[in-house]
Amino acid sequence: MISGILSWMIFIPLIGMAVTMLLPKDNHRLIRWTSVIVTLIPLGLSLLLLKAYDSSTAAFQFQELASWIPALNVNYHLGVDGLSVPMVFLTALLSFVGVLVSFNIEKRVKEYFAFYLLLVSGMMGVFAALDFFLFYVFWEIMLVPMYFLIGIWGGPRKEYAAIKFFLYTLFGSIFMLVAILALYFTSTPNSLSMVEHIQRAPELTRGFQLFAFSFFFIAFAIKIPTLPFHTWLPDAHVEAPTAVSVLLAGILLKMGTYGLLRISFPMFPEATRYFALPVAILGVAGIIYGAFVCMAQTDLKKLVAYSSVSHMGYCLLGMGAVGSVAAISGAMFQMVSHGLITGALFALVGVIYDRAHTREISAFGGMWIKVPVYSGIMVLFVLGSLGLPGLSGFISEFMVFLGAFPYFNVTVAIGVVGVLLTAAYFLRMIQKMFLGPVAGHTEGLSEINAREIIAVLPLGILMIAIGVYPALLSDYIQATITNLVRLIGA
Amino acid sequence: MLANAWLIPVLPLVAMALIMLVTHRNRTLSAGISITAMAIAFVWAWAIAFTVWGNPVEQRFHFEWLNLGPSMHIPIGIQIDGLSAMMLIVVTTVALMVQIYSLGYMHGDPRYSRYYAYLSLFGMAMLTLVLADNFFLMFVAWELVGLASYLLIGFWFEKQSASDAGKKAFITTRLGDLGFIIGLLMLYAGAGTLTFEGVFGAVEKGLLGGAFLTTAAIFLFGGAIGKSAQVPLHVWLPDAMEGPTPVSALIHAATMVVAGVYLVARGLTLFMAAETAAITVAWIGIITSFMAATIGLVQNDIKRVLAYSTVSQLGYMVMALGLGGFTASTFHLMTHAFFKSLLFLGAGSVIHAVHTNDIREMGGLHSKMKITSTTFLIASLAIAGIFPLSGFWSKDEIVAATSGHPVFMILTLGVAFMTAFYMFRLYFLTFTGTPRDKHKFDHAHESPKVMTYPLIFLAFLSVVSGWIGLPWLHHGFSSVVYHGEPHHAEFHISLALISTLVALSGIGLAYLMYYKRSIDPVKVGGAMPGLYRTLLNKYYVDEAYAVLFIKPYYVFCQAMFWFDANVVDGIVNGTGQFGLLWGRFQRWFDETFVDGAVNGLGWVTRGFGATIRYLQTGSLQNYAFIVFAALVILWILR
Amino acid sequence: MIGLSHYMALSAIVFCIGVYGMLTRRNAVAVLMSVELMFNSVNIALVACARFVTPETVTGQAVAVFTIAVAAAEATVALAIVLLIYQHHRGIDVDRVNFMKW
Repeated sequence: MISGILSWMIFIPLIGMAVTMLLPKDNHRLIRWTSVIVTLIPLGLSLLLLKAYDSSTAAFQFQELASWIPALNVNYHLGVDGLSVPMVFLTALLSFVGVLVSFNIEKRVKEYFAFYLLLVSGMMGVFAALDFFLFYVFWEIMLVPMYFLIGIWGGPRKEYAAIKFFLYTLFGSIFMLVAILALYFTSTPNSLSMVEHIQRAPELTRGFQLFAFSFFFIAFAIKIPTLPFHTWLPDAHVEAPTAVSVLLAGILLKMGTYGLLRISFPMFPEATRYFALPVAILGVAGIIYGAFVCMAQTDLKKLVAYSSVSHMGYCLLGMGAVGSVAAISGAMFQMVSHGLITGALFALVGVIYDRAHTREISAFGGMWIKVPVYSGIMVLFVLGSLGLPGLSGFISEFMVFLGAFPYFNVTVAIGVVGVLLTAAYFLRMIQKMFLGPVAGHTEGLSEINAREIIAVLPLGILMIAIGVYPALLSDYIQATITNLVRLIGA
Repeated sequence: MLANAWLIPVLPLVAMALIMLVTHRNRTLSAGISITAMAIAFVWAWAIAFTVWGNPVEQRFHFEWLNLGPSMHIPIGIQIDGLSAMMLIVVTTVALMVQIYSLGYMHGDPRYSRYYAYLSLFGMAMLTLVLADNFFLMFVAWELVGLASYLLIGFWFEKQSASDAGKKAFITTRLGDLGFIIGLLMLYAGAGTLTFEGVFGAVEKGLLGGAFLTTAAIFLFGGAIGKSAQVPLHVWLPDAMEGPTPVSALIHAATMVVAGVYLVARGLTLFMAAETAAITVAWIGIITSFMAATIGLVQNDIKRVLAYSTVSQLGYMVMALGLGGFTASTFHLMTHAFFKSLLFLGAGSVIHAVHTNDIREMGGLHSKMKITSTTFLIASLAIAGIFPLSGFWSKDEIVAATSGHPVFMILTLGVAFMTAFYMFRLYFLTFTGTPRDKHKFDHAHESPKVMTYPLIFLAFLSVVSGWIGLPWLHHGFSSVVYHGEPHHAEFHISLALISTLVALSGIGLAYLMYYKRSIDPVKVGGAMPGLYRTLLNKYYVDEAYAVLFIKPYYVFCQAMFWFDANVVDGIVNGTGQFGLLWGRFQRWFDETFVDGAVNGLGWVTRGFGATIRYLQTGSLQNYAFIVFAALVILWILR
Repeated sequence: MIGLSHYMALSAIVFCIGVYGMLTRRNAVAVLMSVELMFNSVNIALVACARFVTPETVTGQAVAVFTIAVAAAEATVALAIVLLIYQHHRGIDVDRVNFMKW
């Protein structure tokens, strides 16, 4: 086993960024292939990580601990457990996919990939950090490349979207920072270690827990995003270049839910129990509301973006059922599954946008006749998104429902309606774009090419694999989530 | 053979994968793979049936699929008993016949390979559905057959109506599925498992019961309402006729639509333990049956008549289950599958010949299509319930199941009358009399052998499949498919006579109206214009749904989007705008007051400097003079 | 007998001539010469005081020598400047040398 594997996974993209910046500016091919290789290495490492991970225990593994700022008791502390292992893998995978779908970026290629790799590094860091300071640093560092990637390579309203994203997320981060500082100063000796804070959770007073939970929740809720903090998402997605949308939907949204599971739940168990029902209701509201809004969309990318609001609702609903391993596992499944499916959907939306330079649903028709392979792949992922059994989306929804039902039966029953509404808006989209006679921009479309197929292929395979045999994923998370439920103690 | 029965659904799955990934360019090979897979399944299914029916034992095979500890434990597996063996036979037989038939019917279609891939997908899902030993796997398959149905209804998706119908079918059945899901959740919450064995065990032990079980059962029945096209979700099935006719025969007549019946039959323990649920089932069934039969009386599209007939017959089965007639219902399920798929395939043969669905443009086709016509007649007699065809035996059991419930019995007989009438109206208008469209008649021809042979085989089954339930053979059909203990099916000679009489009178009326023309159908319709129009427009249910639900939903969603973009986002942007305004105010304040003070100080200094700068002549001699003058003055003042 | 007061008077007269010249002359060289006069008046005063007040030491004379040296240095620099001004302005009228004025 490679020692310091997590550090390697975080810093190889960073080194790659430095290398990219030294490459000649006009040699686009070289820059692109360098990025491919730089993202492939962490992907390979993440596979090693999955292989070596011991799923029988909930303890942190592959830990790396070094003193960083001794005066403040800040440590460079990395480690993964069942919550982060799937996310680290997903990050590595989607970063690779994102590079593949970025090949047609022609504007300031070098800077683009440099920012991109910095973003990858930050995402890896968030999932591997076990020290609050480190966590916060990685959390914030991602904003910078994100801002530029949207603001420079985005669509017509890129500046607006970039600033909105940046400020909104930063607004949430401030609350998180306050809560982190509160945790720091209330502990003796002052500590920023997540592990220590999880251990001291039972000593915290109820009032402090409610306060800290709420503050963290604001930061995470914006990132997820939940109702009513979701409006940055459609703007950011619509304006962002394809690869950034893939990472935004696939990874960044998951940081909100990951943060809840990593920080809020084990550290503030009493507050978690207190807020369980509101969290679930927020989830269901997101499911239903997102589905309603999706129905009215005319822009394909915006539709997928709003469907994310709806789908992340399932995560929250599952997390609301704090006493149920099944429901929280379902939320975890949904995180992975949504990352795979929506990541692929955004990549595929990018494919037609590159060709037709429009994403208006009404601009297309009869694509299944003209581009059957593309249509087949797209419909497969759409079916995954609307929860067709045999694909991963179904498993997660079903686990969430099954786990949460004994806790809040009416709320869950309302959430189930989301399954129908999702089918309604997706089938409407399929009908308008893929069925019927060839119309509009479909005429000039060319078939999806090999590079694009390779980009979405692993996502499709995983979607089917998890859908058919969910134990592939549940094995990794089960011990950790069982332990988490024990810590919450509902 | 039994132990490996889980391979049966795998066969079509492999066929689908092969077609999709490898052979999709080779039409013949694709069809061959699909048919071969189904043929193996067909032989296997019959072998299983003979084994199981010989000595009725239940066989279960478990597989640990998902185990998250106590909060979620879902093993999946298959279960082979009389019912699933029967369903296997029905599914594989009809599927095989339809696939062979499609060789001719779909000949020349540009998406031929894909058609067979979809059929294989359907076969896989449907076989899984009937083999599942738990509600979860059943639901999985349930959704997958829905997908196959969606894809096949919209197979000719260039047509707006076809893609509309596919969407409608998927969404309508999914509305029912919501009930199914909630039912599953309740059962799991109550029983802690979803295997049939576990759930029924919980019911028997009293763990599940009372209002909870009733609610769960009714929700579960929601799934059946959607899938088996019961009122009020029956609207999708007639529209589903937009799909290729063999698909209608397979999915929308014989197999998928009976999945709902199968679900209720499988879960009959639940319904029997919850009386309110059972009686709801019965009422929904009979209302559906009656309503659909009345609509079927006046339709002019050959497939739509058959579609409403299907809805009506499904209502029969559902009603029988609600009344506890397990054997009657499943028996009818089987015979109906054979003769109804035969009817559809026959209709497909006719459509293939004349290229229209409208019976008003047909007539006299018997002379041109003898095999189609004869087999269609056999199926019509079977569905009307004429001795000794299969329909006679199964319908007799259903009528027997209603004994003790006079309202149900009267309505059932009424439906039987209407069924006989509209089937023979269809037969007479299509195959007898004078051709009403000379041009189409001239071009009509008998279908090729790949299409007529399946018709003949199904006609054979339509005749003989009822004999399995001959009442004087041991226990009748209940010796192979039963709920609880096999009961002795009694042959009620009086009931048989009455129902035969009813059927014959229906046929007779059709004969008078459409063959002899001694009663003018137009006059009959004209005598009750309101009723006629209502029936022709299917009670305006579609229109009502459009006005009540679909359009308001669109408008509502638009409103929600407006709300999201203007109110929710408006608040965000408003906050941003406020920040901007506040910043501007700050800047103004800063520039005016804070900076003003600094600048003011500067101005004062500057003014002072401007005044005294005149002292600075730059002339050294002036300075020196001042110095000396000052010295002198200081010296004087000393 | 010529005493200290005579020397002092001489020194004062020469100084006043120097001051007058410095304040009134427009010619830079004349101004410089006036400055030299003032230096020399100081030298007279220094040497005289040394001779009459503290005859036993030669401090005054030493300072006078320093002053002469400094005056020479000063004259060198000043004349160089004047020369440059002349090259620049084709003239050495001090009233016209005002290019550093505000």
